[in-house]
Amino acid sequence: MQKLSDGLILVVKRECATCTMIEPVMAILSKETTQLSVYSQDDSNFLESVENVIDDQSLEISFQLNIETVPTLIKVEGGKEIGRQIGWHKKEWQSLTGISSLGDELPDQRPGCGSKSVEPGVWEALSIRFGTTRFQSRQLELTSLEDDIEACFDRGWTDGLPVVPPTRERVLRMMQGTQRESEEVIGIIPPNYGKCTVEKAAINAVMAGCKPEYLPVVIAAIEAACLDAFCMHGLLATTYFSGPIVIVNGPVRRSINMNSGINALGQGNRANATIGRALQLVIRNVGGGKPGEVDRATLGNPGKFSFCFAEDEENSPWNSLADEYGYANNSSTVTLFAGHGLREIYDQISRTPESLVRSFAGCLKSITHPKICMAADAILVVSPEHANVFKEAGWSKNRLKQELKKLLTFKGSDIVRGTNGIEEGLPVEFADIPVIPKFKEDGLIIVHAGGSAGRFSAAISGWVASGPTGSQMVSKEILS
Amino acid sequence: MTVKTILLDPTSELKPATMARLPRPQTLKNKTIGLLDISKARGDVFLDALEKLLGSRNIFTKRYKKPTFARVIPTELAQTIATECDLVIEALAD
Repeated sequence: MQKLSDGLILVVKRECATCTMIEPVMAILSKETTQLSVYSQDDSNFLESVENVIDDQSLEISFQLNIETVPTLIKVEGGKEIGRQIGWHKKEWQSLTGISSLGDELPDQRPGCGSKSVEPGVWEALSIRFGTTRFQSRQLELTSLEDDIEACFDRGWTDGLPVVPPTRERVLRMMQGTQRESEEVIGIIPPNYGKCTVEKAAINAVMAGCKPEYLPVVIAAIEAACLDAFCMHGLLATTYFSGPIVIVNGPVRRSINMNSGINALGQGNRANATIGRALQLVIRNVGGGKPGEVDRATLGNPGKFSFCFAEDEENSPWNSLADEYGYANNSSTVTLFAGHGLREIYDQISRTPESLVRSFAGCLKSITHPKICMAADAILVVSPEHANVFKEAGWSKNRLKQELKKLLTFKGSDIVRGTNGIEEGLPVEFADIPVIPKFKEDGLIIVHAGGSAGRFSAAISGWVASGPTGSQMVSKEILS
Repeated sequence: MTVKTILLDPTSELKPATMARLPRPQTLKNKTIGLLDISKARGDVFLDALEKLLGSRNIFTKRYKKPTFARVIPTELAQTIATECDLVIEALAD
């Protein structure tokens, strides 16, 4: 901004009762101080006894002076601010102005009102107009006849649902959600290997409908998706159903109000719905991954719009997924799993862990195909009522995994190609193997989520290309 | 017409690189054809049949295999094929 002129600067607005109350003070100051500049944010004519009130309806001066409250009195010497008074405080004003009788007839103090320059949505607009904000991304000008939501559809930026148009103001507001620099590269996004900066992540997060406080979660999810072990390129290109599924752990779940309870895997929670969507929009827009192009999914799955949920750690009888990964209790993390859809597990009768684990195993055996083993991993989402059965019997998460492992086996001769009248199955050379596990070692992951009523759990099936040659579950700590 | 809204581009703003295709060979005589299996089910069946067919016409073929269909081809393998073959046939999908 321009160098400040020496003297006093006073910023006021008509709709502030304290500002109108101190009009006599301004009258004295304007007579006794030659270097007084009064700026009004709304009406430059409301002070009849003060001459030369300067119109600041554009709020440029208020923005440049970083005014948060009116009235604000600033003293400038040698082109630099040397004192500032916010609201009316008689003694401090007298001290700052050097006029000992200033406002003697007025109350000792009165709070001011909010500056118009910091009203919701205004700061971002002023920052773009008068500040130093610079965007790296191309700016597209829409004319007054264009519908902004339709313009996003026309340019191929959406997942089929309307997006929030990424205006500069919204993107700037979004970027307040992170302390990272807008130019910082988060990752290189397949399939076109586009560079995803914090700014690009913020633009897509705006479009997905995120709030600024979700941005660190979105950034961590993008970082995780870019890890080589996750194999996002192959996951996008596959003819299989799968896409990235985001599981959130740690304190951030509560601070951004994620849902891990009733309908935890369904619709209705803004953070759950938009964080997963933001990741998918980054893959589409920054990576260039679009259905029918590099995304070759035969059927896909509805979770490719968004599949993101939080683990219910508070009510879980077990340690969390983040804890299993070795993160500290106060860390917040995202975990990405290449998967799709739900395999429901219905059991309203079992009250013993021995019975319930058999229901779980029976359903899990059908993942991918009843005769295919060691291909896809799976996440077992245990609901509170089911978890309680294990809790009351003292089963740890590890005990449950071990018991499932024992039950989730096949005899090779039962599942090779051609048995049971089904041509699909394991290659015939597996016929002589007496015990074949359904899942690879560590291929079954257990989390706790869901509403407190209902004896229903679920298995989330994974991509058949799991493991080091395909996709492995990955996690990242969420940083600010 | 006045500008109403300014939107920021959510894409990578990359320009697609286009490469001209090599001209189609007039003949397969004295050419080496690479047969690339990407490790998808039954890709070998397709390539076995092609190998037999090309062999019956005295056309030289070489077999290659990607370690996994889930990941992009290793650079070294792509370079090997490019060095050793004039053409390549990839058994791409299921």
